[in-house]
Amino acid sequence: MAELTEIASQIRRDIVRMVHGCQSGHPGGSLGCADFFTALYFKVMKHNPEFQMDGAGEDLFFLSNGHISPVFYSALARAGYFNISELATFRKINSRLQGHPTTHEHLPGIRVASGSLGQGMSVAIGAALAKKLNNDDRLVYSLHGDGELDEGQNWEAAMFAAHHKVDNLISTVDWNGQQIDGTTKEVMSLGNIRAKFEAFGWKTIETDGNDMDKLLASLDEAKSLSGKGKPVGIMMHTVMGKGVDFMENNHNWHGVAPNDEQLKSALSQLKETLGDY
Amino acid sequence: MVQQIQVTGQKDTRSGFGDGIFELGKSNPNVVALTADLAGSLKLNAFIKSFPDRFIQCGIAEANMMGIAAGLTIGGKIPFTTTFANFSTGRVYDQIRQSIAYSGKNVKICASHAGLTLGEDGATHQILEDIGMMKMLPGMTVIVPCDYNQTKAATLAVAEHQGPVYLRFGRPVWPIFTNPDEKFVIGKAQYFNEGTDVSIFACGHMVWTAIEATRELEKEGIKVDLLNIHTIKPLDTPAVLQSLQKTGCAVTVEEHNVIGGLGDSIAHAASKNLPVPIEMIGTNDTFGESGKPTDLLIKYGLDKEHIIAAVKKVLKRKK
Repeated sequence: MAELTEIASQIRRDIVRMVHGCQSGHPGGSLGCADFFTALYFKVMKHNPEFQMDGAGEDLFFLSNGHISPVFYSALARAGYFNISELATFRKINSRLQGHPTTHEHLPGIRVASGSLGQGMSVAIGAALAKKLNNDDRLVYSLHGDGELDEGQNWEAAMFAAHHKVDNLISTVDWNGQQIDGTTKEVMSLGNIRAKFEAFGWKTIETDGNDMDKLLASLDEAKSLSGKGKPVGIMMHTVMGKGVDFMENNHNWHGVAPNDEQLKSALSQLKETLGDY
Repeated sequence: MVQQIQVTGQKDTRSGFGDGIFELGKSNPNVVALTADLAGSLKLNAFIKSFPDRFIQCGIAEANMMGIAAGLTIGGKIPFTTTFANFSTGRVYDQIRQSIAYSGKNVKICASHAGLTLGEDGATHQILEDIGMMKMLPGMTVIVPCDYNQTKAATLAVAEHQGPVYLRFGRPVWPIFTNPDEKFVIGKAQYFNEGTDVSIFACGHMVWTAIEATRELEKEGIKVDLLNIHTIKPLDTPAVLQSLQKTGCAVTVEEHNVIGGLGDSIAHAASKNLPVPIEMIGTNDTFGESGKPTDLLIKYGLDKEHIIAAVKKVLKRKK
């Protein structure tokens, strides 16, 4: 367990350094989901860094809220999909690490472009249906922002997944209560997200996405619930900006880069465990 | 040679799609059909009956359908999405843009009821901007076949093509005049008449109307070079320029807004390589309305008489 939290700490360092390096990007949600990505890519998923688009025989992951690309890129690089030195190119010209993830530059680990919100669950469902058609019993994971659930396509997808019994899908909502213009309560009340997914016919779990023990237990539980006729939803409470005190729970850090002084302060709070890129 | 073209039957182009995808179901196990509550209108019944496991009903949720199609390609499937042209394009432009085109996914967007000939349902359903929207997307192939046989052949051809395709067809029963055994070659213009006075470039239902116009023009001694530009993108630019070289002027004919459609593509190619007078038959920056297809085509200037008038006008401009 110590090892996983150490990986998460390094990923958080990568995130703030990447965003600082180009003075743009989204640190808040990325930091909040560092533990989730660590759990998926270093423990939960069966996956191969020798990337094949079809992912036959592997678990697949889709990031719907593509703006948290820093955490995705760091996790992929640290898991061996590409060299960590490439993280320094994030959001810079001629980089494979575009502001939002894309297949267009053939970055290993990315299976669809995302960034325009609300599309990832549909794509994940399609990939899950293909696995069923191919008699491939591995699972498909997806991640969605809570603010992203304002987009109606999510609910089209949620309805479809229940109706068609897409039970090899585990979709997680990053429930940090923040979006660009303020809290989700202020901007567009989501109500009880878990109850909404239950009402749509999903099996749901609620967890703490910044507690590695609880998160792993929930992901295990989600796996055990798969294959039983219902899609599985994980309502994951996280703290936006987790790990950097001045960013925590502050929607102003949704899409703002730290300056030199703030970077120094942030890095002083995050242990370098695997070596910076 | 336009005098030799024979009508061998009357059928809707969407039935060509339905029969084509049924053939594909038999020959290609990776072909999957999706619909957004319009399986009957898109003539999927035979496919659904024979291949129920490869049919996906999405309900009235086109955005979700496009995303699911993108996801299916990741597992090696060849998804064919089916709904009306309006809901296949304008309604889901961003889903196509990000999840399909930018992501380079092998999705076949199959769109029926395009244009004015949808008829009585009116302007909400008569999309006249779809060719423009789709051809602007990098990497998107745009195909508008002219009759039942060609739509069936095009359906088979797009399954063999790697990459996203927009396949546009229609609702009305329409003359069948192409050879049922002719293989569809994406990006290759099709000759229906050779002449030296004027080029006519047409697509979709308007190819037949252009054939009728050509017959009358030939009687008057006007020699028409008539090409079916069934692939709007990639445009068969060499064929277009070769024709313009011969004739020195052109009329374009399409069931679409002249802004952004076939005429626009032809004018683009001509202006860059061989500027000549061009007249465009299509809707002119307007929405459609309810009515019988043939009445609408006449009202909006997409009939034989308007093509003939446009030819005479462009011939005068050439002189």
